[in-house]
Amino acid sequence: MIEIKDIKKSFGGHEVLKGISATFESGKCNLIIGKSGSGKTVTLKCMVGLFEPDSGSILYDGRNITEMDFKQRKTIRREIGMLFQGTALFDSLNVQENISFPLDMFTNMTPEEKMDRVNFSLKRVNMENTNKKFPGELSGGMKKRVGIARAIVMNPKYLFCDEPNSGLDPKTSMVIDELIQEITHEFKMTTVINTHDMNSVMGIGDKVVFLHNGLKYWEGTNKEILQITDGELFDFIFASDFLKDLRMRAKY
Amino acid sequence: MYWKETFRQCKDIGLGSLSIIAIISTFVGAVTAVQFAYQLRTINLVPMWWIGSIVRKSMILELAPTISALLLAGKVGSNIASELGSMRISEQIDAYEIMGVNTPAYLIGPKILACVVMVPMLIVIAVFLGIMGGWGVGVLSGIYTPAEYMRGVRDNFQQYDIFIMLVKAVLFGFIIAAVSCFKGFNVTGGAIEIGKSSTQAVVLSSIVIIIVNFLVAFLLL
Repeated sequence: MIEIKDIKKSFGGHEVLKGISATFESGKCNLIIGKSGSGKTVTLKCMVGLFEPDSGSILYDGRNITEMDFKQRKTIRREIGMLFQGTALFDSLNVQENISFPLDMFTNMTPEEKMDRVNFSLKRVNMENTNKKFPGELSGGMKKRVGIARAIVMNPKYLFCDEPNSGLDPKTSMVIDELIQEITHEFKMTTVINTHDMNSVMGIGDKVVFLHNGLKYWEGTNKEILQITDGELFDFIFASDFLKDLRMRAKY
Repeated sequence: MYWKETFRQCKDIGLGSLSIIAIISTFVGAVTAVQFAYQLRTINLVPMWWIGSIVRKSMILELAPTISALLLAGKVGSNIASELGSMRISEQIDAYEIMGVNTPAYLIGPKILACVVMVPMLIVIAVFLGIMGGWGVGVLSGIYTPAEYMRGVRDNFQQYDIFIMLVKAVLFGFIIAAVSCFKGFNVTGGAIEIGKSSTQAVVLSSIVIIIVNFLVAFLLL
């Protein structure tokens, strides 16, 4: 479980996060949603330690990462896997080298053990036999899958996904969502997903946190979110007049 | 220390720059020989074998280190800055950090070490090829004989010149890598900023090289 408590973060005098508190449960897909500029990415980057919050605390199963030095954080970071918005695969390395990179850096596995682990991860994301391909040779969806394979290769306790569906067609988006959900349940990970895709919210949102203007506006499940009838969250969910109209017709 | 990455950088920087350094330094040596031969013929008081000595001294003390360093600032420096810049923009550096990699040690350390090792090697090669360029001019034009030229090359050789050259080479290698890594690693924004940082890396490292070149000559000669 990950808890964030009263996180604040400013950039050049502009307060992006104004005191966000939330709990992200283990074995569940926890979604952070909100409009562009609401503070989703900054929240996620504070959680993984890429940004240092100005105040507040971040607890990984009770361990406060904001009070840790670089060496202590390294231990937590070995338990984190992350899928980046643009996948962030290393261009100079092929698929196999990309996935085995953390194994090469931080484990004493034999080459055979590493290969087994890489192949297991690739099989898990349905990307067998792509070991020798380079990121430039892969489609957007394939890159996301390899990104997931790299994120899970160290068997992490916490998985973070920043906009996993960006740039993907609706069908591939669903496949990626389902894959993340399956992996989360299978490995009992605490998964935190940053998205503004309502299909993802309805499909895999075991828990949903809605941010608005740097504050937590709403928290609940994807079932509860449909009960919202007004306010910022309503406007976000039913962003188009067409959807609002459709909902009103369904209601009456 | 990340030796695998360091050797990769050595290969990229060293072998990747060898052909351009070879071409430029050969012609720099050749043109130095031609121009001094032109002046010596006009004066007609100084023996032609002096050309070998002039080319050797010029190549060792100034032309090979400085011209090679400026060239490498353009080629290697812009490459390092744009590589690190695009890694920053595409979140690859963030990915390393999330994994727990010490990114300065992994991404910057090997580049600086590779430059400090490979730039002197390239400059030594540049000196040799520059001197051979001058020799080639004599063979092709007949202005002076190869024997005259080689006599000049051997005449009054001072090991201290080599020391000065190596001091310059090591410093220039460090400057190229450090400035370019700093500019590339701290890029924010997008593709335009990567281009700007690459240009700034070349301009800044060239200026620093010229200033350090003067300081070394001023202090050590």
